Amino acid sequence: MDRVTFYGRSFGSRLLLGTSQYPSPAVLGEAVRQSRAEIVTVSLRREAARLREGQAFWQLIRDLGVSVLPNTAGCHSVKEAVTTAEMARELFDTPWIKLEVIGDADTLQPDVFGTVEAARILSAQGFEVFPYTTEDLIVCERLLEAGCRVLMPWGAPIGSGQGLNNRFGLRVLRARFPEIPLVVDAGIGLPSHAAAAMELGYDAILLNTAVAKAGDPALMARAFAQSVEAGRAAYLASPMPPRDMAVPSTPVLGKAHLS
Amino acid sequence: MNLLVNGAPCELAAATLADALAQLDFAEAIVATALNGEFVPKRKRAETPLKDGDAIEILAPRQGG
Repeated sequence: MDRVTFYGRSFGSRLLLGTSQYPSPAVLGEAVRQSRAEIVTVSLRREAARLREGQAFWQLIRDLGVSVLPNTAGCHSVKEAVTTAEMARELFDTPWIKLEVIGDADTLQPDVFGTVEAARILSAQGFEVFPYTTEDLIVCERLLEAGCRVLMPWGAPIGSGQGLNNRFGLRVLRARFPEIPLVVDAGIGLPSHAAAAMELGYDAILLNTAVAKAGDPALMARAFAQSVEAGRAAYLASPMPPRDMAVPSTPVLGKAHLS
Repeated sequence: MNLLVNGAPCELAAATLADALAQLDFAEAIVATALNGEFVPKRKRAETPLKDGDAIEILAPRQGG
């Protein structure tokens, strides 16, 4: 059975789905089901006693029976990210944390220096860190030195839907870290983008906006599930090498002389 | 005393963080707390005293990407 393992926990699905920006809780639930995701990302936000939005949301997620990967989205400093992770660990009862330390408000590019520092602090505290990072090889090396056992390079800026902006960089990471689970996190807009990342040998895809903002989120979730499976199968099947000139696929031998 | 609760001014007579949460109707809620930027685990709320001007954050699960 072809499964992916994150920090000792093994999963059949290679699609991780975000839970934000859906038109309604019902649509979110159906999208998660159609995606066949076994891991969803969640966040922590201020709770108003009167509204109790968080309590209702948490009940919905528990009813779906999926594992949760809490994030530190919106944190711009190491201190904020570490405190948010500590709160997430208690709230969600998991050592997993999707570490985001944002460096630029417009591109949401991770502050890789802060991310490495926070990853070191959190790993020392027993967290199992999923770092959102750029595809920079040396940064990824530093994240591994800091204790990370998963890497999550971006394909493109969060929510941009641009796909894989630096296939070369992603390919280098795959070649350089053959044993580390690699997840393309952010920037995926189409199922073809997800398939392309899987064809590069990536272990999984994490996306949110491409499903949540589709006209039919549940249908798009299913499309992504299929594309991730197709890309993974293609990778395992060892694709043919591309070449510049044509090679006839129909045998030349035995062709009639009709001219 | 005057507190900041999730960024909003709030006047409460609460000796501890646990008292404040109870008065704010969070006693049974699934929330995580921080005081002045530092995480306070649930088990330590009852022994965490409050003083005038303290900033409390009360966070709950929410949608995330």
